[in-house]
Amino acid sequence: MTIFDTLRRVIFAAALVPAAALVYGALTDNLTANPIDYITDTTGTTALSLLIITLTVTPLRRLTGRNELIRLRRMLGLFAFFYACLHMSTWLVLDWFFDFASMAADVVERPFITLGMTTFLLLLPLAVTSTAGMIRRLGRRWQQLHRLVYVAAITAIIHFWWVVKADFREPRLFALALSVLLGFRAWWVLRTRRFSRS
Amino acid sequence: MLIRKPTDIPYSEVTPKSLYLRRREFLQTAAGGAVAAAAALSPAGAGAQGRPKLPNVRKSDFSTTEPLNDYGDVTGYNNFYEFGTDKEDPKANAQRFTARPWSIKVEGLVKAPATYDIDTFIKPYALEERIYRLRCVEGWSMVIPWVGFSLADVIKRLEPQPSAKFVEFTTLLDLSRMPGQRLPVLQWPYVEGLRMDEAMNPLSMLVVGVYGEALPNQNGAPIRLVTPWKYGFKGIKSIVRIRFTDKQPRTAWEIASPREYGFYANVNPGVDHPRWSQATERRLGEFRRRKTEMFNGYGQQVASLYSGMDLRKNY
Repeated sequence: MTIFDTLRRVIFAAALVPAAALVYGALTDNLTANPIDYITDTTGTTALSLLIITLTVTPLRRLTGRNELIRLRRMLGLFAFFYACLHMSTWLVLDWFFDFASMAADVVERPFITLGMTTFLLLLPLAVTSTAGMIRRLGRRWQQLHRLVYVAAITAIIHFWWVVKADFREPRLFALALSVLLGFRAWWVLRTRRFSRS
Repeated sequence: MLIRKPTDIPYSEVTPKSLYLRRREFLQTAAGGAVAAAAALSPAGAGAQGRPKLPNVRKSDFSTTEPLNDYGDVTGYNNFYEFGTDKEDPKANAQRFTARPWSIKVEGLVKAPATYDIDTFIKPYALEERIYRLRCVEGWSMVIPWVGFSLADVIKRLEPQPSAKFVEFTTLLDLSRMPGQRLPVLQWPYVEGLRMDEAMNPLSMLVVGVYGEALPNQNGAPIRLVTPWKYGFKGIKSIVRIRFTDKQPRTAWEIASPREYGFYANVNPGVDHPRWSQATERRLGEFRRRKTEMFNGYGQQVASLYSGMDLRKNY
């Protein structure tokens, strides 16, 4: 097994830790006095963190020249989607218990829910088209489609920002991280364009 | 042969001074009657973990008969940003906080502005237990057995001037004792206020205990406000100043976000928070949401305070 394979396994295991901690917390009745809110917060923050980490793979690859890093990207992206699904189902099942009328009203009337739902719907096709077969079939269009992840990251951060009452430290940190990552991409695009022209 | 020395008594076993002093008061009170003394000697005289019970607490007619939330929930799930913004921060960060000595300054449009020691301040009032619903603006609720006395009794004793239209309360400002105040999440110190007729309503309460025991630090020791028909954030904690004024106070949450948090902050399922619905709430410990009641179910006592007012504008 190469060092890279070990790294992959370590990251795989680490990405499961937040879910395992929630299961353990649920079994030991240790998810605060308000477990539903706690699960919602934890799965949401984890999904967003993983989404941001996914977006660091490409810059890292370009800066280090280590192309094998690209193989981590799908795994991280799918873990982000996994936590987004847990986050959504917490809202659907635990928070509202399939009260579809109230949920529909929420999606329409609450901007932060609207954006949360938007984020989920943006991530869904990306997860569906993440297989090798889909990548082959979509060809050039695959890359175009997967640029939606930038939109999803932005909507996810605004979604988080709008649910916070007063302590904006966490959403601010996420916004800063995303700005750096998008800034890097903009710089990269400008640079390569200039080179290709000359 | 090995001779074992008995281990020293750990500090955790030593009764803190504040407790044995209170025990003395407790015994003095108990000496007043054989019945009270018997009660003091019975195991019911102490809290579940040996925490001393407050003496002579009478029951109140204002209490709800709904099942109480656990002591652990009431004292472990708190919004008290002075000790951190996560729900479990206050319990973790308030343990070393000391609520004695403590003084309360009474000022403004009042007969005799003065600074009182907390125990002198509390002394004239008979303690009663009131089991109130608490509805947080975030959409969850609890049922809590508070111990305290009517704010109206305090105001009557302090004799505000007729020109006083509002009461303003201020929390302690002390960055070393309240580490959360180092973060600019709210404008410190926390300020709250009531219109005089709201403050005089029999439901308004100054609270010094919960579950029959002295108020834990994370719940606002040594003294806090409770107004059960309003969202929880009106219940200002660790009060150091009471000021009578003719101008409506600018409250901490109103300053932070005036569109979202108003001066009145009455529980109202019909007026949503701009970002979320207030129509339902989750009673902690229950799975399904329940419908939020107008004035948190205290309409009979307080609705008349707001007759003729547009509660959409005065949220």
